[in-house]
Amino acid sequence: MSDARHVVVIGSGPAGLTAALYTARANLQPLVIEGLEAGGQLMMTTTIENFPGFRDGIQGPELMGEIRAQAARFGAEIVQGTVTAVELKTRPFLVRTEETAYSAEALIVATGASARLLGLANERRLMGRGVSTCATCDGFFYKNRPIAVAGGGDSALDEAIFLTRFASHVTVIHRRDALRASKIMQDKALANPKISFQWNTVIDDVKDAGQGAVTAVVLRDVKTGDVSELPVDGLFVAIGHIPNTSLFAGQLDMDATGYLVTRDGTRTNVAGVFACGDVQDRVYRQAITASGSGCMAAMDAERFLESGS
Amino acid sequence: MASEKIQTLTDSTFDHSIGQPGLPVLVDFWAEWCGPCKRLGPIVDALASELDGRMVVAKLNVDENPSTAGRLGIRGIPTLLLFKGGRVVESVVGLVGKEDLKRVLEPHLAPAAAK
Repeated sequence: MSDARHVVVIGSGPAGLTAALYTARANLQPLVIEGLEAGGQLMMTTTIENFPGFRDGIQGPELMGEIRAQAARFGAEIVQGTVTAVELKTRPFLVRTEETAYSAEALIVATGASARLLGLANERRLMGRGVSTCATCDGFFYKNRPIAVAGGGDSALDEAIFLTRFASHVTVIHRRDALRASKIMQDKALANPKISFQWNTVIDDVKDAGQGAVTAVVLRDVKTGDVSELPVDGLFVAIGHIPNTSLFAGQLDMDATGYLVTRDGTRTNVAGVFACGDVQDRVYRQAITASGSGCMAAMDAERFLESGS
Repeated sequence: MASEKIQTLTDSTFDHSIGQPGLPVLVDFWAEWCGPCKRLGPIVDALASELDGRMVVAKLNVDENPSTAGRLGIRGIPTLLLFKGGRVVESVVGLVGKEDLKRVLEPHLAPAAAK
């Protein structure tokens, strides 16, 4: 194992890479460990219109490519690795990957969040055979076919609108009667003739595992209890994300839903460990807030190191 | 991006290639627009090297070859299917790390050659 780094960043979405950019410019020679989902959630989006600086919008993968190149330009070292464990009881901290281990005087956690699933057995059985969490990957398979999207936020509506390029019809299934999404997304979705909504509805099951393909979703109206079936060839699950914090269980404080707790900026309960982006944000979860908190984590880490702790 | 060890399959060569007796064949179903597929590419390349002699690795671009994926019931990518004698013995949907993939494939592979 090599010598201790000043700063190791776990995660390569907008939070992690902005933290890398700032710590690189502070001459801290950060090491970024880019995991399986390198680039984070934006890698699976198409046009991003609300990240400031791009008045005509920018493609998600392109934006992440820019931020990555910017961090590298100033000296961030970016390696691929799947982090399997961290040891935070003493400094320098230890970060183990499948291949090797790194030690860090300061650690920035930017591991983000992953797609939440409905939690149904048949959802897992039919993943890739009609159930999907990636509209940009799988829309192709649904040309002129009816599909459902589960969810009511910006991601769900963004996916629904994207999928109208392929599908004959998209039914958005939402458990409440009001959408969480931004007004502009709501207006776009509501105006789209290929999109309809099932309000106050949850998905109790996905059929038909026996056939090895999605043929329908079983719906329940949460107000009346009525059960029905909606024939669809695909179900896209866009009900939110869960923070990627299992690595830190028992070491970093988390709230009841698994988000890392931060205070005084990006500080965790362990001195020298900072958290930024969706891994510690249940409220905002935007690319720009993730970037902003990445900058904060970098500055907090720099001050921590300067104070000679 | 693909290493020399990896075969490229098409709709017309698919059945013949996976039906051959001999080593199991791992097929990587992918497409150009699929970010996670591109991330999986180098992982599959690494597996092709590390498990050389124990399995054959092939890729099928679903955009250029739409009928094979449809016949196999694939509606999501990336999907990895491991074939033995023309039958699917293992399937992995979505982006998965190298060590996890090795664990899933190991029981189906030809024994490692003695060094």
